[in-house]
Amino acid sequence: MKKVFFSLFVVAISCVFLFSCGSTDKDKGPIKLGIAGAHSGDLASYGIPSINAAQLVVDEINAKGGILGRQVEIMAEDDVCKPEIATNTATKLVSSGAHVVLGHICSGATKAALGIYNDSKVLCMSPSATNPALTQSGDYPNFFRTIASDDAQAKLEVDFALNTLNLKKIAVIHDKGDYGKGLAEFAKKFLEESGKAEVVLYEGITPGAVDYSAVIQKVKRSGAEAIIFGGYHPEASKLVSQMRKKNMSTIFISDDGVKDDTFIKVAAQYAEGVYATGPKDTSSNPLTIKAQKAHKAKYKKDPGAFFLNAYAATLAMLNAIEQAGTTDYDAVVKALREKNVDTPLGSIRFDKKGDAIGVGFSIYQVKNGKYVELK
Amino acid sequence: MLTFEEIKKSFLVSLWFIFLTFPIMVIRVNSNENTIDWRWENIAIVGIASFVLSFFWRDFFRRKKLGQKKLSKDKQKSSALIELLNSKKEIKYGLLGAIITFAIAYPFVLGPYQTNIMISALIFVVLGLGLNIVVGLAGLLDLGYVAFYAVGAYTYAILNTQSGIIGHGLLQLSLYLNDLFGTTFFEIIAQPWSFWIVLPLAMLIAGICGLILGFPVLRLRGDYLAIVTLGFGEIIRLVLENWNELSNGPSGIAKIAKPNFGVSLNSIESIPFIYFLMIFLVLFTIFVVNRLQISRIGRAWMALREDEIACQAMGIDTTKTKLTAFAMGASWAGMCGVMIAVKTSFINPASFTFMESAIILSIVVLGGMGSVIGVIIGALILSLLPEYLRAFDDYRMLVFGATMVIMMIFRPQGIISNVRSTYKIIRKQKI
Amino acid sequence: MEHENIKYFLELFLSGLTKGSIYALIALGYTMVYGIIEIINFAHGEIYMIGAFTALIVSSVLTMFGFPMIAILILATGTAIIYSSAYGYTIEKIAYKPLRQAPRLSPLISAIGMSIFLQNYVLLAQTENFMKFNSLIPEFEWLKPYKEIIGTEELIIIIISAIVMIALTLIVKYTRLGKAMRATAQDRMMARLVGVSVNKIISFTFIIGSALAAIGGVLIASYIGQINYYIGFIAGLKAFTAAVLGGIGSIPGAVLGGLVLGWTESFGTGYISSDYEDVFAFSLLVLILIFRPEGILGRSTSQKV
Repeated sequence: MKKVFFSLFVVAISCVFLFSCGSTDKDKGPIKLGIAGAHSGDLASYGIPSINAAQLVVDEINAKGGILGRQVEIMAEDDVCKPEIATNTATKLVSSGAHVVLGHICSGATKAALGIYNDSKVLCMSPSATNPALTQSGDYPNFFRTIASDDAQAKLEVDFALNTLNLKKIAVIHDKGDYGKGLAEFAKKFLEESGKAEVVLYEGITPGAVDYSAVIQKVKRSGAEAIIFGGYHPEASKLVSQMRKKNMSTIFISDDGVKDDTFIKVAAQYAEGVYATGPKDTSSNPLTIKAQKAHKAKYKKDPGAFFLNAYAATLAMLNAIEQAGTTDYDAVVKALREKNVDTPLGSIRFDKKGDAIGVGFSIYQVKNGKYVELK
Repeated sequence: MLTFEEIKKSFLVSLWFIFLTFPIMVIRVNSNENTIDWRWENIAIVGIASFVLSFFWRDFFRRKKLGQKKLSKDKQKSSALIELLNSKKEIKYGLLGAIITFAIAYPFVLGPYQTNIMISALIFVVLGLGLNIVVGLAGLLDLGYVAFYAVGAYTYAILNTQSGIIGHGLLQLSLYLNDLFGTTFFEIIAQPWSFWIVLPLAMLIAGICGLILGFPVLRLRGDYLAIVTLGFGEIIRLVLENWNELSNGPSGIAKIAKPNFGVSLNSIESIPFIYFLMIFLVLFTIFVVNRLQISRIGRAWMALREDEIACQAMGIDTTKTKLTAFAMGASWAGMCGVMIAVKTSFINPASFTFMESAIILSIVVLGGMGSVIGVIIGALILSLLPEYLRAFDDYRMLVFGATMVIMMIFRPQGIISNVRSTYKIIRKQKI
Repeated sequence: MEHENIKYFLELFLSGLTKGSIYALIALGYTMVYGIIEIINFAHGEIYMIGAFTALIVSSVLTMFGFPMIAILILATGTAIIYSSAYGYTIEKIAYKPLRQAPRLSPLISAIGMSIFLQNYVLLAQTENFMKFNSLIPEFEWLKPYKEIIGTEELIIIIISAIVMIALTLIVKYTRLGKAMRATAQDRMMARLVGVSVNKIISFTFIIGSALAAIGGVLIASYIGQINYYIGFIAGLKAFTAAVLGGIGSIPGAVLGGLVLGWTESFGTGYISSDYEDVFAFSLLVLILIFRPEGILGRSTSQKV
């Protein structure tokens, strides 16, 4: 008897709840593009460019009369890159009827939010979440991204260190963060598998610590020819400057988090010669030129990080809706996988796991205060 | 009121603030690009704002001074209000009824987003009530409370996803037991553990962690205790961050299952269920804390808070009393940890920093130490404030910090100060 | 090989000494404030950050006007000290003074709020990005051959910290002001009775503590070459640990605590692993406090009934 009573209660709650929020009609009205990411706080500089990018694309499309005769509407929600807030953000976007979502920016927040999108069959495309598990685990069929994953980056760094620079002793250092440590783990794994070089040191440093000289002495003692560093530019510039000040010429190879102009500005003369991986240079692509010009015209400054990735993601999602002729989830996913779309990153489509085909990394080196792509 | 003296004072204050904020407000340097912005207009803003605010500031302290003389009267007033609530049953039950109706109607009226936010707020209510046991009742300043929160969250995450060495160990154990007894233990221990089992288990484990922390800090008092608990909190977080085999490191654990409510639900449909579960847990916590407060152990805690030596002299075992306070406080945090893991379905060590401990402590102090209603109000304010301050966008945390300072200046004893229960002997008059 | 080991030890020792000196400079502020009014001034780390930012702003402006290096060094450091002291003074007046009679935990919450406020104030008024901090300290030519072991900046940090700390000890020990400070720390009521202006002494303590933090801020920013609004929080937490480790309220204790913490971290990193750098620091703290609950040099106060 009790059980029956309980199930009645459960059903009642579900009914009332669904009734109260499930009334939005998804097939009429504007196409809603949710944008989630860090829009305030210290990581805002990664999130704001994606809003700007989407705004530019949407403005252009709406001016032409929209997609399938429907206007596109942007709903931007802040998640401050925190997983517990990202679930709120995702709930808000889903319950206000977002058809597709651009975001999230950070991998952790993305992982937390994806379950909610997946249950509601909302497609989600990130311009910047690089954690390999997001696509490779197969847990998130609704997830796509326009940036290559961390293991691809680590593989490139390791290949470069082994085959181009012919190094034998390498220290792998990371900043204990999600991004840095994940990358360092892959780098270590690839180095060990190759058998060509020895990982003489594998250490995590504390981000924001006052000083890294003890770690640097340790690197020196280990006799490493090069450091592969996983992490962001503040720590990288501290490490590099302190090493150079101590007359150490150890080669420094790092990742996309370091391939940032701020790194060169802060580390100044010490940045010279540092290698970093970054998205392939597409600055000669006409779409890139157009996007950047539009940004300059509207916002009066240069676009920030992941701008092109976000621009490409918005284009890809809206294009897929147009190709599919509907906002239906399965049809849009099918279109994303099958139809190529021209973006600032080149002509891309997506593989089964959700990674973009045709988006990759290349190696850059700091030469005369600028990152130069190595061919 | 606007005497010359007053204006002069305010003028000096505004000059001082213009001087103080000059480099940071007016000059914005970008040493990366070698550019310097001069924002002279900010001088005017700072000057006018501090000029006006200084009037309020002085006015407030003048009133406070006056108020202190009338303190006894005020006290009567506030207790009169409480008495009114207690005596007039219609008002009390009416208010209670309104709150209950509001709580029940909440998820249906306001939709999943608001409900989700409210779940977070309720988690903070329980966290605040838990920490209130340690700080408010027993008077032990704990700055590492978040450690137990993390323990709870990771207990559920690991047992539910069967990840890391613990997952592996359980699998091995089940195989070993299979060989030993020939029955399948696999189903029992090497499967994703159910929420309903882990919830009490996590409370237990967090409680044990509280005991473990309690032992070394028994001799410490006041601020020494604060820094050691802070260190303990950081150690737990660093271990979670570095020990990949245990906790999957900084990448965190994803895809943590929601509890099974007997029907299959997706993540949005399950929100009201989690909400009601959380309401139930809040009520449960309030009930237990209320009972504890007037129990033998609760009175021992309060005695400990007031005077440790007198407490000892009265024959109270201070070791036992302190340890139970730590263990009890920690187990509530463990429960909240499980709930946050359920709510977010993803956890990583970055969610358990010192800042979280500081916020939970602020809830307790801001609400009024030792007072259950105060802590509840404090938790609702501090967890909902940043969410609704979204409108201020970038100024959100600035306003948040300022609110904390201002609240403390205005009401240092918290929003609702703890009213000690007093006993009145009512003699029945003989007729 | 033996020689190599000694050199490595020496390098780690010096690295710990540099780090420890900075911790000690900031820890002094915590310990002095605690000694006098028994509150943990959580906003102290932010004062250090504001000192560094002021120096950055002043030095950038002066560089633009083409001042010589030495003038920039003196003016930037001087302004940083003045401004940090002014902030310390104002914070005390706003966030702590009204709370003198309040329950013990209220000033702590007020301090945490102040810390959040100041961080965001700098974040909004300046920038969230890391800014390059051009070293204000000229490089010593004669030190170049020893660069691998100790750089100019490290040497300067160690020397200046030592000078400052000795000066502070002398002030506290031998001047009238120092005497008044010690009297206030011992018994505020009694000090007032014998004619010490307690409010002034408290303000003065905040000013000295903040000035030390500013020196620390300028030195460390020159050394690592970059700052952002968040540097104060991490350094402040460590310095607070150092102050408690040495025995909060004791000036030599703060110095010793800072150095011990610096060495623990650098030797822990050098000989074990930097993965658990902070774990070593906090474990040491717990261990020491278990055996000496009042810190290494803290006065053990017997509780009176």
